[in-house]
Amino acid sequence: MNKINKIHSRFVPLQEENVDTDQIIPARFLKATTRDGFGKNLFRDWRYANDNELEPKPSFILNDASYNGQILVAGKNFGCGSSREHAAWAIKDYGFTVVVSSFFADIFKNNALNNGLLPITVSESFLATIFGLDKEASLSVCLEDQTIAIDATGAIEKFDINAYKKTCLLNGYDDIDYLLSNKAAIENFEKNRN
Amino acid sequence: MGKTLFEKIWDTHIVQEVTEGPSVLYIDKHFIHEVTSPQAFKGIEDRGISIFRPDHIVATADHNVPTQNQHLPITDALSRFQVDTLIDNCKNHGIELYGLGHEHQGIVHVIGPELGITQPGMTIVCGDSHTSTHGAFGTIAFGIGTSEVEMVFASQCLLQTKPKLMRINIEGALGKGVVSKDIILYIIAKISASGATGYFVEYAGSAVRALSMEARMTICNMSIEMGARGGLIAPDQTTFDYLKGRTFAPTAAAWDTALNYWQTLCSDADAVFDLELNIDASDIEPMITYGTNPGLGIGITKNVPTPANMQDEGEQKNLEKALRYMGLTAGQSLMGMPVQHVFIGSCTNSRIEDLRLVAALVKGKTKNPDVQVMIVPGSQKVAKQVVQEGLDLIFKEAGFEIRQAGCSACLGMNEDKIPAGEYCVSTSNRNFEGRQGAGARTLLASPLTAAAAALTGVVTDVRTLL
Repeated sequence: MNKINKIHSRFVPLQEENVDTDQIIPARFLKATTRDGFGKNLFRDWRYANDNELEPKPSFILNDASYNGQILVAGKNFGCGSSREHAAWAIKDYGFTVVVSSFFADIFKNNALNNGLLPITVSESFLATIFGLDKEASLSVCLEDQTIAIDATGAIEKFDINAYKKTCLLNGYDDIDYLLSNKAAIENFEKNRN
Repeated sequence: MGKTLFEKIWDTHIVQEVTEGPSVLYIDKHFIHEVTSPQAFKGIEDRGISIFRPDHIVATADHNVPTQNQHLPITDALSRFQVDTLIDNCKNHGIELYGLGHEHQGIVHVIGPELGITQPGMTIVCGDSHTSTHGAFGTIAFGIGTSEVEMVFASQCLLQTKPKLMRINIEGALGKGVVSKDIILYIIAKISASGATGYFVEYAGSAVRALSMEARMTICNMSIEMGARGGLIAPDQTTFDYLKGRTFAPTAAAWDTALNYWQTLCSDADAVFDLELNIDASDIEPMITYGTNPGLGIGITKNVPTPANMQDEGEQKNLEKALRYMGLTAGQSLMGMPVQHVFIGSCTNSRIEDLRLVAALVKGKTKNPDVQVMIVPGSQKVAKQVVQEGLDLIFKEAGFEIRQAGCSACLGMNEDKIPAGEYCVSTSNRNFEGRQGAGARTLLASPLTAAAAALTGVVTDVRTLL
């Protein structure tokens, strides 16, 4: 897995709440058997009219070339609904490294963390401040310090992350490495309960 | 201090605590299906390791299968490849597969319980958020992502942080025409689509105790729709009676041992929850959703809320957007509104009792000619039972189309979709934009309310037909 620590980037503001994983990646694109290439269908039905890449909806933020960056900023309860990890793959494949919201759905948050996509939970007021910034503004994320800052104003907020998950992201470890290193304990557990 | 039901199960499945981190949680049963497993199999193969406990895994094909002509090869090439990949993976790794053509095939959350694979006290996971369904048996059951599927393949364990615990007590008797789907839609409407995020929910109270196992499954199934990781109900005599004699339920002495353990699975009287909610069952009327998340629901006689009356600006905007998508007007009543489709199926409501409820209402009647009605049994076993009980004749006479087992029009993935702009009263679990097909407009309701709409062609208070 990729390592994450400091990210300095502009951002894409998606001012919607309760963005569910069916919007992030509609089910009809879940027929693949690999993890690659989901980015082109990210927010497919919000992005294109008539399911046609030649008909981008101009009002949708991803179709506005004046916004870009590695950070997606969205309203509360982001990633609710289906457990499809394809949602995290699509966001990552599109080019985002960080998703900022005031509230994440549980399964999405785990899926993001398991894919080197950093979900940052900020306060409602900090989120509102970010949404109020102009499109040239940039943000600085430091996982080590657990901070997210608005470069222009210096406004900064600390965010929470599980200490174990933080270590994984900083070093590019995944849970499977950890679990495999505990095989003996797992086998022992099985023996003792029988 | 006593323990909650959740804690009793959780504590006996902890292999190891990780300092300042999650715990290593042992998983008893792992269900897999064609959509969220292929990348996990590939991950295991790329690492050059084998599946640690293949005998703890059960596979079926459900999301991406057609619901007609299942004996023929799947027409859609991508779907066929995905289903074939599951067959190959299961064969290569020694996993039991109930694929198309197998008598046990069906929606993963329907077959687990009906085969007696799901048993009280277990930890159960599946790469599907509706895994919470199995909680109806007093299990810790929750949906996971594909990376986590791979973790369970590798180690039969997951790294998990203990969630907060909520108990929802539902006391009293349900009114006429009100069923378990209405209970859960009522709860979600009350606490919102994110109201239980971070929690595992125990459902308790006399109204829950009075429900059958299948009705309890409907409630636990939709726990995720309020953000909860899972939901569970303490096992009782109803649970034990349901399980006894099922294909994979314990027998003879093993049954007695299991039963002794199962009877200890309840929250102690002095157990403490992080949050408790109390609901009066008699307040619940048949429910229907009007918006684009399951929290946007109302009693059938109520009016759609008005955005201008919302205090929170964000909620106001959400509601306006939802009503625009749904083609509805603030303050309107849904009753009498024409619908073009009725879908009776999904892991929420495709079990034999659901179909019996529908049959009892429509017996001897015919559907409205302007509505298409699709009825999709949750499993081959349910489909067979429909025929054995003669329900198929009732449905055919009513003009309903009976399909073969699968997830069908719940998720707009397979061939069964609702056309853009059209309304569907659906017994499924999600009314997200495009969930049942791009542009489709979903009204979530109980099997009874869906059957009522099938007969009248409009949104109907089923109590007027009883």
